[in-house]
Amino acid sequence: MSTVAETQIKLTPEHDARPGATVRSRLQDLLPKIVLAPSFAATVVFVYGFILWTIYLSFTNSKTFPSYDITGARAYQRLWRWTFESDPPSSWYTSITNMGIFGFLYILICLALGLFLAILLDQKIRGEGVLRPIYLYPMALSFIVTGVAWKWFLDPGLGLEQTLHQWGWTSFHFDWIKNKDFVIYTVVIAGVWQASGFIMAMFLAGLRGIDGEIMKAAQIDGASTFQLYRRIVIPLLRPVFLSAFIVLAHLAIKSYDLVVALTSGGPGGSAWLPSNFMYEFTFKRNEMAVGSASAVIMLMTLTAIIVPYLYSELREKPR
Amino acid sequence: MSAVTSPARPASSGMSARTLNRIVIYGLLALFAIFYLMPLFVMLVTSFKTMDEIQNGNMLSLPQSPTIEPWFKAWGQTCVGLTCAGIKGYFWNSIKMVVPAVLISTLLGALNGYVLTKWRFRGHTLVFAMMLFACFIPFQSVLLPMATILGSLGRFGATLQNATGFNFGLGNSTVNLVFVHVVYGLGFTTLFFRNYYEAFPTELVKAAQVDGASFFQIFRRIMLPNSMPIFVVTVIYQFTNIWNDFLFASAYAGTGDVMPMTVALNNVVNTSTGVVEYNVNMAAAMIAALPTLIVYVVAGRYFVRGLMAGAVKG
Repeated sequence: MSTVAETQIKLTPEHDARPGATVRSRLQDLLPKIVLAPSFAATVVFVYGFILWTIYLSFTNSKTFPSYDITGARAYQRLWRWTFESDPPSSWYTSITNMGIFGFLYILICLALGLFLAILLDQKIRGEGVLRPIYLYPMALSFIVTGVAWKWFLDPGLGLEQTLHQWGWTSFHFDWIKNKDFVIYTVVIAGVWQASGFIMAMFLAGLRGIDGEIMKAAQIDGASTFQLYRRIVIPLLRPVFLSAFIVLAHLAIKSYDLVVALTSGGPGGSAWLPSNFMYEFTFKRNEMAVGSASAVIMLMTLTAIIVPYLYSELREKPR
Repeated sequence: MSAVTSPARPASSGMSARTLNRIVIYGLLALFAIFYLMPLFVMLVTSFKTMDEIQNGNMLSLPQSPTIEPWFKAWGQTCVGLTCAGIKGYFWNSIKMVVPAVLISTLLGALNGYVLTKWRFRGHTLVFAMMLFACFIPFQSVLLPMATILGSLGRFGATLQNATGFNFGLGNSTVNLVFVHVVYGLGFTTLFFRNYYEAFPTELVKAAQVDGASFFQIFRRIMLPNSMPIFVVTVIYQFTNIWNDFLFASAYAGTGDVMPMTVALNNVVNTSTGVVEYNVNMAAAMIAALPTLIVYVVAGRYFVRGLMAGAVKG
């Protein structure tokens, strides 16, 4: 890659001709690195160093306070045992099953709904400028804020159930938020509400980028609208699917305030995700080593998704 | 891409089918608009209702006798934990945290992006990749070490306070949160500026360099004046993220007077002494939502662009 740095080297002899300029020009050469250094150092120390620190803690028997004597993989052994403890479910078992249910439904529904809405909005709709921000604004709000409204809406005594009862549909029953087997699905609803508009925007941008000529050609060949989307448009959107998947997957694994605001953890912690498990075990239950181990497992899951993606994105592309 | 349903169809049977088609499309779009607006609508109408009306009325009905009382109560009187002085103090806590954190992380991101595109060195891709990966990590994996470090800095600050009379901000929750948000926001801000400057003509920089302009002169005179769009995107993105953060806030400033808005709001809502004042809770939630909502209404287009930049490499 040709950059300014190369030009710089060609220029140096001129500078050298003047006495005393060497130090200054060398400083000029180093300046970019000096400017970048604090940020890079902060990243190395506070991200990678801290990750190593967390990994280290997960191999100790830290309880309320960190302890630095390595005592082996006890925390992982406990998590491993809890992984299969389904009756009664351990909180780790609940957390990871919830992660599975939530992650799967959240990603799938957001992708489907996002694509669906984007296709609808792409049909030369009047008022697109009004609709788009309406679909999108949830992403701008903290879930601590919207959780207040959602919690209320889903509460059987106050929200939707009560409203429909007042409207005369008295047999209507909707108490998922109080039901330990269904509470995670309310988290899915609220999560989809928050993120699907943004996924819609990503797909819409993708649709707008497709060459109109291809579409016309297919239409002239007699393809129906459905065929057109299935055979031509959706395959062309593959890169958007990938990006959207990455965004959703990392949002899903990071989800924390969603559960806190909506359910306060649910009846008996039944709505926990691994992020809530980590927080509770580290800061409330004084099981720091177990909390750290769960954080390491979360990180490894994420790494398995992100690193291949970053690798393929940042690889030097032939220009 | 053009609308798919329009051309290349026999018009005779197509006309009524097309009208039906349009009705279905608009109907679906309107239905989803209601779905997305509903929580905000419920919050808004409830915040203007009296408690009487909430208990006896319908969640979705408009307030019969609108009152602004809940908003005043949320701002100045409602109880957060044990203190009952409203949420105004916490609102300012958030402002004091968000402004410096956004400014510092954005400026550093701009400088990093400038170096990583116009002053490349061996290994620049690796440096960028390492900073980029940091955007995606679950913060749980750094939460505990950071808590330990902030704790020791706080103790060090107290010692300094005793020795010199100043603690230099060490141990101050707001300073801590600014620091945390700058550190973990750097990845995103660098990504935004790097992708933006990647498309910026390198020839201009080279020409300026031949003319003898220094590193900072080029940045100030050539890069900055042309960076307005990406500054807007980055500032909005950082502002929304930091204002809305809950995890760091509850871990490092989770109790007492130092809580940021999100943590305070969560406490207001979950305070279960006496009758739950839903109208006050909703008003408090609206106040917490207003800054990002206003930013979004004013500059929403840029917000989308920012989110997209985080997702798709430009």
